[in-house]
Amino acid sequence: MAKKYFELDNLSVGYGKSILIRDICFGIEKGEIVTLIGPNGAGKSTILKSITRHLETMGGHVFFDDSNLHDISYKELSKKMAVVLTDRLKPELMTCHDIVATGRYPYTGKLGILSHEDEDKVDSALSAVHALELGGRDFNAISDGQKQRILLARAICQEPSVIVLDEPTSFLDIRYKLELLSILRKMAKENAITIIMTLHEIDLAQKISDKIVCVSGNHITNYGTPEEIFKKEVIKELYNIDNGFYDPVFGSIELAAPDGDKPEVFVISSGGTGIKVFRNLQKNNIPFAAGILYKNDIDYELAQLLSCKVITEKPFSKISDETMNIAVDTVKECDKVIYAGVEVGDSNEKIKDLLSLARSENKLEDLTK
Amino acid sequence: MEEKTLTEYSSFRLENIKRRSRYTLVFSMLIAALLGMLVININSGNVHIPVSDIVKIIFTRTGSIKDVNIIWKIRLPRIIMAALLGGGLSLSGFLLQTFFENPIAGPFVLGISSGAKMVVAFVMIISVQHIEYINSYTMISAAFVGSMISIFFILLVARKIKNMAALLVAGIMIGYICSAVTDFIVTFASDSDIANLHGWAQGSFSGMSWSNVQIGSSVILITFFITMALSKPIGAYQLGESYAQSIGVNIKIFRIALIVISSVFSATVTAFAGPISFVGIAVPFLVKGALKTSKPLIVIPATFLGGAAFCMFCDLIARLAFAPLELNISTVTSILGAPIVIYMMINRRRGING
Repeated sequence: MAKKYFELDNLSVGYGKSILIRDICFGIEKGEIVTLIGPNGAGKSTILKSITRHLETMGGHVFFDDSNLHDISYKELSKKMAVVLTDRLKPELMTCHDIVATGRYPYTGKLGILSHEDEDKVDSALSAVHALELGGRDFNAISDGQKQRILLARAICQEPSVIVLDEPTSFLDIRYKLELLSILRKMAKENAITIIMTLHEIDLAQKISDKIVCVSGNHITNYGTPEEIFKKEVIKELYNIDNGFYDPVFGSIELAAPDGDKPEVFVISSGGTGIKVFRNLQKNNIPFAAGILYKNDIDYELAQLLSCKVITEKPFSKISDETMNIAVDTVKECDKVIYAGVEVGDSNEKIKDLLSLARSENKLEDLTK
Repeated sequence: MEEKTLTEYSSFRLENIKRRSRYTLVFSMLIAALLGMLVININSGNVHIPVSDIVKIIFTRTGSIKDVNIIWKIRLPRIIMAALLGGGLSLSGFLLQTFFENPIAGPFVLGISSGAKMVVAFVMIISVQHIEYINSYTMISAAFVGSMISIFFILLVARKIKNMAALLVAGIMIGYICSAVTDFIVTFASDSDIANLHGWAQGSFSGMSWSNVQIGSSVILITFFITMALSKPIGAYQLGESYAQSIGVNIKIFRIALIVISSVFSATVTAFAGPISFVGIAVPFLVKGALKTSKPLIVIPATFLGGAAFCMFCDLIARLAFAPLELNISTVTSILGAPIVIYMMINRRRGING
């Protein structure tokens, strides 16, 4: 088997004498972004700490750039691998410049005196994370989002070929999350820096990663591209979700559908008009039916997860009598019909009949008016 | 986010240039303080000697035999030892603070000085009974063993307790236990055996000889240069163990080195002058505050100079405040140092809460 750039070969990791996760096997190409996902306490951080040599490995091997990780000295490793950890730093009297400058440590002389070149590299690392203006400020006085960027700059300053990040986005608001991830993306693609990290936000993991590693129980449950991993059932099983859904199309998390199999409300919508109605009904725990939706309609995806009954039709076809009959029955069955707006054309003109029926039964609530 | 050019913000290079002028200023002040203390100390004492005579005595060793002896045999060795031991004690504190990531750690509060005192007392009593004389190296070794015993127990506690306040309480308790054992040993020793011990155990720079200076200075200065050589990993360690390792520090070896070096410093001080309180906490705090940095390459020599000046000043007060009575050195360092520590704790709490 040809070795990849960074290869975990039957690796077992854990604390003390107890093995937490065994037989980890996967390989990473140079410049790839690999994200470990999985429930809390599954051992994602333990794997990271083992490949950064903060923990002794408990079996198997890690190969990095053709050498066994165990044979690389800390000093050599520090020129190849940088880390962003979850440890909360409380340094004394250090400016952000000083924090970033510690990344130059592997390259300075015996007394650690920085050359002009080192000083310039500190500034350019700060500029890479858009934090030049923070340079002279006390590290303890800046926000969590800013701290995280400074720590990333510190890692960049170390000029590594691999950066390992443990939950880099926790404590960050959405804007900083996106910013941090886009910086990582840019570094991976432009500078061929390999990125290995853990993320809690699976929606972001799906969008940024080249490969996903699922960690659960005492082994790796899945490894592959986001397309292979982000399927409803895989995610549901990985996180043991029984009170909601993962929507693979939008990469979003949905709360559980309203209780009950019998719809109380029938929502007639299309092209996204139904989404906010669905969510409202879900919040109020009212079981509902949705229709008549073409299977390529954006409302269809969410309706499938949240409603107890979806009445569908094949895309671009006329609504068949059969489908219409089901819809008519549903109108009769429900106490209320909510019309959220539908673009009616030749193929779906039967919607009009459905609306008149609802109106005649005095059940219609028309949101378009 | 709009892009901003480097010139709009202070570059790191510019920041460092500004800092260097602050460093220069602080170092000049420290050296001035040190020289000032040196002059005042030589110049003052129970026996008044005119300045012109002092200058003559120092540079030509001529003058009345009594005056020459006072200057050369009493005052000079005492002053030099106060400076060396003060510097060593302060650095011991600085290293322990780095190790425990806690600015209120120091050899005295962690019970390390008391541990040293315990073993030194024991060795003193034994050797007075058998060989009547103990040399400085034996004293330093005994103090070192005692320091290591205390540190061993503190590390045991530190493995279980991550809370800094609790760790300090544990250190203080260890100090009490060591003091209790010392008292126990002293109680069962005959009066003649402990005559020496009593003076020493109170802490004082008095009675220093040139042979003390020779041994003391060689141990302290060698350890000082080793500490300077370690300033790079110490700087890395300030970010915490994990980061230090990720930038190439061999943590296991480094932690042992830190502990051994800080113990050598505090053991040497305890061996010559007895336990001295609060210097190890107050001096690094003041020096770092003045320098506005915690960069070890700068802070280590500054702390040494500051500690030297501080202890010379305290010794001066100890000698002169109630002359001809002499105060214990710890009496003075406590009165000056303890309020600083209280101030630090209040400030720290404020920093955490808001």
